[in-house]
Amino acid sequence: MLECITKNEEETKSLGRQVGLHLSAGHVVGVTGELGAGKTVFIQGVASGMGVSEPVTSPSFVLMHQYSGRCPVYHFDLYRLESSSEIQTLGIEEYLWTDGVALLEWAERAKPILFPNFLHVQLHYLDEAPADSRRVVLEDPGGRFGRLLEGMLTRCEYLRWIRLPI
Amino acid sequence: MGPIIILGVESSCDDTALALVQDTPDGWRVLARELSSQADIHKKYGGVVPEIASRQHAELINALLERLFGQAQLGWGEVELIAVTNGPGLIGSLLIGVGAAKAIAFAREIPIIGVHHLKGHIYSVFIERPSLAMPFVALVVSGGHTVLVNARGHGDFVEMGRTRDDAAGEAFDKVAKALGLGYPGGPLIDQLAKVGNPGAIPFPRALPAKDSLEFSFSGLKTAVMYFLKQQARDQSAFSLSDLAASFQEAVVDALAEKTVRAAGLAGVKQIVLVGGVACNSRLREKMTQRAAEAGMDVYYPSPELCTDNAEMIACAGYHEFKLGRRDTLRLDVHPSLAI
Repeated sequence: MLECITKNEEETKSLGRQVGLHLSAGHVVGVTGELGAGKTVFIQGVASGMGVSEPVTSPSFVLMHQYSGRCPVYHFDLYRLESSSEIQTLGIEEYLWTDGVALLEWAERAKPILFPNFLHVQLHYLDEAPADSRRVVLEDPGGRFGRLLEGMLTRCEYLRWIRLPI
Repeated sequence: MGPIIILGVESSCDDTALALVQDTPDGWRVLARELSSQADIHKKYGGVVPEIASRQHAELINALLERLFGQAQLGWGEVELIAVTNGPGLIGSLLIGVGAAKAIAFAREIPIIGVHHLKGHIYSVFIERPSLAMPFVALVVSGGHTVLVNARGHGDFVEMGRTRDDAAGEAFDKVAKALGLGYPGGPLIDQLAKVGNPGAIPFPRALPAKDSLEFSFSGLKTAVMYFLKQQARDQSAFSLSDLAASFQEAVVDALAEKTVRAAGLAGVKQIVLVGGVACNSRLREKMTQRAAEAGMDVYYPSPELCTDNAEMIACAGYHEFKLGRRDTLRLDVHPSLAI
């Protein structure tokens, strides 16, 4: 588990981009954080790293946007969903671990479905800090993203990563 | 045979809407309308829940159709064209409307046309103003969309800009939820803002780049959340109505600014304001004021035609029909259909 601080929206997005550069078909990324924490911003970065050139906007209204990058990118927003039974009836599983990469906002709402084979990205507001600064935690509960996380330490060295005990 | 009678069907989100309209020489005649809003059902969730929405559409649509024809005192055989929203929207919800429309088209052997939801919104302005003519620039602003469209003529729509993150109505809903106001957020914030000071809190204006026609509301949403956190931490009191007014002013400023600029770039003197957020009283006021300064006129429909309705779908479908477009019973739904 790794943690860093991004100083502004741009850094949050470029961290997302670095993650996106190293994702491939079958990967699932779940982003969690309060309203306004920057989930869409982070995912915009991931999508750009995956070679998506279309504009990436919040899918709150229609639940899912699909983009084409190096492989299909499925961008979900579970904001409107209450229970995991509701999520199950929607058939989100059909888009997970498949021919594309699935990116989910409000991923905690689908945790029983996602766990453990997903990269969990937590975005936290910081107290007493600039409004756009965030504490970002990358967690790999299923052990699928070891190389990606190790790579972050060197590629994004400027973020001064901290290793957290699992 | 009198003027053609069109059945409009709209079910892209949480409202099941049906309408029977007729294009008469004196303008659009609405013979009957039925609307079943699910707002009460979705209120407790603070937003539209897709699975609930599509189940509700399925339960309601047949009864609503019967009531519609009863109200209009028409037989099914008198409908000559069906226009139905086939995107964008929630896939489950769209499927119910399109399924019902296809069943009727098949049974009665009448033509069917799939209508883009946003085009439908643009046509809502013609129902009360049949003499209004394109070109104009339309701002379609709702819970799911914030798009500027250059409407050059029937069948000739060009997108000029859109939001690059949240829709304006989505920002209203999310901020209202964070303030504990409830759902839908737009009308609640509008009401509260009337007694608040719009200059009380200097929220950032959602104008990404001065010369772009893109909108961005996620930074504003973050600024509101951050303000709330700071107030909670400092245990300081603030006026909820001032916050609502300041937030609303930031949204409205951005919408009015970009729309007037878009109309200038398109070289038109008419602005059309449609979609659920077009009901917002401050937006109407500000848009009219900014447009007047630029020598432009603003048109918007009555509130019941701003929110989702089927009259607009019938009207848009009929115009496409007149241009020669037809769909078949293979008509499919497109959750993210481009304009």
